[in-house]
Amino acid sequence: MALGVGPVLTDRDVQLALWSLYELSYRGFDGVDPRREWDTGLIELRLLIEGRFEAELRAATRARVAAAVGRGDDIADWVLDLVAGDDGPQLSPYLRRSATADQMRDYLRERSVQQLKESDPQAFLVPRLTGAAKVALAELQYDEFGGGRPERLHQTMYAQTLAAAGLDSGYGAYIDDVSAISLAAANVMSLFGLNRRLLAAGVGHFAAFEASSSVPSRRVASGLERLGLGEAADYFDEHVEADAVHEQIATRDICGSLVREDPSLVGEIVFGVACALHLDALSSEELLQRWQVLPEDDVSDEVAS
Amino acid sequence: MTAPVRVQPCLRGPVLVRGADVVVDEDGVEHAVRRPVVAVCACGKSARKPWCDATHKSIRDDAR
Repeated sequence: MALGVGPVLTDRDVQLALWSLYELSYRGFDGVDPRREWDTGLIELRLLIEGRFEAELRAATRARVAAAVGRGDDIADWVLDLVAGDDGPQLSPYLRRSATADQMRDYLRERSVQQLKESDPQAFLVPRLTGAAKVALAELQYDEFGGGRPERLHQTMYAQTLAAAGLDSGYGAYIDDVSAISLAAANVMSLFGLNRRLLAAGVGHFAAFEASSSVPSRRVASGLERLGLGEAADYFDEHVEADAVHEQIATRDICGSLVREDPSLVGEIVFGVACALHLDALSSEELLQRWQVLPEDDVSDEVAS
Repeated sequence: MTAPVRVQPCLRGPVLVRGADVVVDEDGVEHAVRRPVVAVCACGKSARKPWCDATHKSIRDDAR
């Protein structure tokens, strides 16, 4: 087995291969022997791709991690600050104000790879945590998984959003259409979820993900309403309130408890945060370029929009 | 037996409330609690009061 010399993060074939390897540990494939999940040849290939993927992510986030580590403030505050201070390209102001219905569908399609398994990768973090951090993650995931009501399961709500927007809501329906970056954004969660040594990075990534969702969700919901796709807005509407709660729990109770237990984990938590910000920036940049949105069209959002 | 209500203020953020059934807003209107933890707006700027909608992040430090 061999990989080309180019970056794997932007290589669609490699990211699709990795997604397929990971999928053996989630829902599998029709007609594929479930024992392949632990096929040593496939595990070897997965490790080869993961090694390159992780090395590229570490290189891309090195400056961000170095700048943040050693600040010594409360971890929750600076995870929130790190996300708030991120100056990467932003998609949600454009989706709110200007995106066409086709562009909105394009966005929903690209995100489907991760949202149709929303919170599944982080469920692998639960048995590796202990004490207060474990309790907080379980509390947060209970909400993600519907809070006892199957119709509120977030991944089901996303499927309904796809259907309401006239898209295919099937799991993996767009796997051959989405970009390498969209696959990478989903794969990074499995990389962190399925490798226990990357537990703290998984926690940091999750916290950044939750902390960068409430305000953008409000904008996407508003964009969907503007386009007459209000029925598709439920999922985003739910995430305005849900993630305003989750970002506090994830940063204070999960990251905070983990660092209190082991202060040496700060660097890895920040690495996870930086990976989420890096991939989100790449994805926004990619879609804005694809839609030929000029930087001046993408003006920053006003207060309380 | 009813579990005690737990209230947790977050610096520059909302107040997390666990174990409550109802939150009453500033106009006296009752809002049913529908998730295990709710974030109650503490900055006064939320568009979904009494719930936090993360608007506090758009408020500059000097205007706080």
